[in-house]
Amino acid sequence: MLEIKNLHVSVDGNEILKGIDLSVGPGEVHAIMGPNGSGKSTLSHVIAGRDGYEITGGRIIFKGEDLTGLLPEERAAKGLFLAFQYPVEIPGVANTTFLKEALNAIRRFHGEDELDALQFVKMVRKKTEELGISDDMLKRAVNVGFSGGEKKRNEILQMAVLNPSLAILDETDSGLDIDALKIVSEGVNKLRSPDRSMVIITHYQRLLDYIVPDKVHVLANGKIQRTGGKELALELEEKGYAEFDGAVA
Amino acid sequence: MVNMASTPLNFMPDFDAERPGLPGAGILWLETLRQDGLERFNDLGLPTPKQEAWKYTRLKPFEDTHFQPVTDEDGMAALDDVPSLLPDPGGRPRLVFVNGRIRPSFWIEGDLPDGVHLDGLRDVLAHAPDWVEEYLGQLTGGDDQALVQLNTAMMDTGFVLRVEPGVVVEQPIEVVFIGGLTSQPVAYFPRNLIVLGEGAQASVVKYHAGLGVGAYFANAVTEVNLAPGARLNHYKVQAESLDATHLGSVHVRVAKDATYDSFTLSIGGRLSRNEVSVRLEGSGAHAGVNGAYLMRGNEHCDNTTVIDHLAPHTSCREIFKGVLDDQSRAVFQGRIVVHKDAQGTDGHQLCKTLLLATGAEIDVKPELEIYADDVKCSHGATTGQIDETALFYLRSRGIPEALARNLLVQSFLGEALEEIADDNIREAFTNKVLHWLPAACFLSEEWRGE
Repeated sequence: MLEIKNLHVSVDGNEILKGIDLSVGPGEVHAIMGPNGSGKSTLSHVIAGRDGYEITGGRIIFKGEDLTGLLPEERAAKGLFLAFQYPVEIPGVANTTFLKEALNAIRRFHGEDELDALQFVKMVRKKTEELGISDDMLKRAVNVGFSGGEKKRNEILQMAVLNPSLAILDETDSGLDIDALKIVSEGVNKLRSPDRSMVIITHYQRLLDYIVPDKVHVLANGKIQRTGGKELALELEEKGYAEFDGAVA
Repeated sequence: MVNMASTPLNFMPDFDAERPGLPGAGILWLETLRQDGLERFNDLGLPTPKQEAWKYTRLKPFEDTHFQPVTDEDGMAALDDVPSLLPDPGGRPRLVFVNGRIRPSFWIEGDLPDGVHLDGLRDVLAHAPDWVEEYLGQLTGGDDQALVQLNTAMMDTGFVLRVEPGVVVEQPIEVVFIGGLTSQPVAYFPRNLIVLGEGAQASVVKYHAGLGVGAYFANAVTEVNLAPGARLNHYKVQAESLDATHLGSVHVRVAKDATYDSFTLSIGGRLSRNEVSVRLEGSGAHAGVNGAYLMRGNEHCDNTTVIDHLAPHTSCREIFKGVLDDQSRAVFQGRIVVHKDAQGTDGHQLCKTLLLATGAEIDVKPELEIYADDVKCSHGATTGQIDETALFYLRSRGIPEALARNLLVQSFLGEALEEIADDNIREAFTNKVLHWLPAACFLSEEWRGE
């Protein structure tokens, strides 16, 4: 599904990622853990295609295709989804409008007919029902006045509607209390499927109590320092990142 | 006598010849009013950047154009379709002017209740009712603004709306001013008068639409008188041709507990200035003065507002938002004056501009003058660019960049458009905004507007 090979990335001339190798198979859930400043968010943004990052070496292969030359919207159309650490508020644009524009843009990309308003509402209602999200959230402006938990649930709803084959969850647990964390994790678990891979980026182990990963990677100082099973997360919880953090100022 | 040689506008001699044919010719008080206006205009001359109020808007390009008076032929230019702002005119009243000439064939009387009098300025003056003298020129008399005086001298078209006390007009009244379709540059001078009796209510939508190219000069003045408890919703779309000059002003007097609510959407014109000046004369009087300006190419748009709080417990709220592309320029000058007796004034002003290109420019000048001590007044101004994080957010969901930018522009303008209370009018204005955005981006049905 996702193959990252020897990826080097710089921002304003500073090398942030110093040779990342990562392989995520279909249906697998991987966690990437690391201390602040280790390059976790850079990695998620680079995969999604954000401007401002210079790839100085390596490749990002998604479903057999090198993504590095593609626009963010093209990557999304090909089945990539990034759940934001800080979802953006867009006043004056209703959540439904946003979701419908996004879904129809992706459908157009694949030469499929756009959904009309009725078809769309039917489809999105089914998703909100499955995820236990109130329809009220659809009418409101995108993320405006949403609580931290609502913003993250909205990310999960977008994921459900756009149905990506790879979802990257960037610090989805940040800013959530334990109840919100449970609700969001339940949503993510409902979307787990053999056809969908997930990469969960987090600083803390606690999210992984609810979303149990197949593999855990430790990212520190711009490199994957260690890879293991879910027990690695527990070990990190106990010992912290000190072991890997030596090189980080 | 007036010394014509001092007139800085080279079209004046032509217009002097026109004067006997102007509306209300032969009415003594009106002749005096016109003469007075002309003399003041000649004394003042066209504004120059040396005047503080005109520091950022230069009339130079427009001075060099030789404008002609409108001919009958210009006024009767063939028109298949009236560019109506509100969908389905149906039972809604509508007046249409082409190059300043009223076009009776496009006039829709609509379902106006008794006690509402809507007519062209020329027809009203032909009957010269006494009440007109009481109002016409009363709010512009002491004005030292040359262009207002020019209009007073030359007023050759316009409409008069009078609503008797207690009458509520449900349907918005649309007045369409069409410019263009002439072989040479023409100038016209609409003078509108709106008088609402005690407790009366009405909505007026003015649509200044340019057809084709061609330079023309619309110098419009509107006087609004609101008796106690009256309410006027006053909306304007300025969508003039690319070579047009539009210099308009609105002068409003608001009595006790009356409300003046306005929105000016500027989306076209080589050079435009929309001035709104409001006098809040009775306690409980309120003014909402809002607008949005969308400019591209080398268009220039100036919004200048003056709100005078003259009585205790008056309030005003101003929200202007702009989007500037290419080399376009905009100016916002907002003055709020709280006079000595206006205790308990509540005033808010906000101007935000989004610059889409490095060549675009906005000059913002908020001015608060406060002479009372129990006052709540605030103002704010920001200038920024499209938020790159928001853009990435939308694109990461599959929305192509151009459409994402349009969504963000619409989102930005939403805060101002929300000030329009009437749903139909807000929708019509929002559609205008969507159509201003790059057309290729109306990808799904709701983005096509209509």
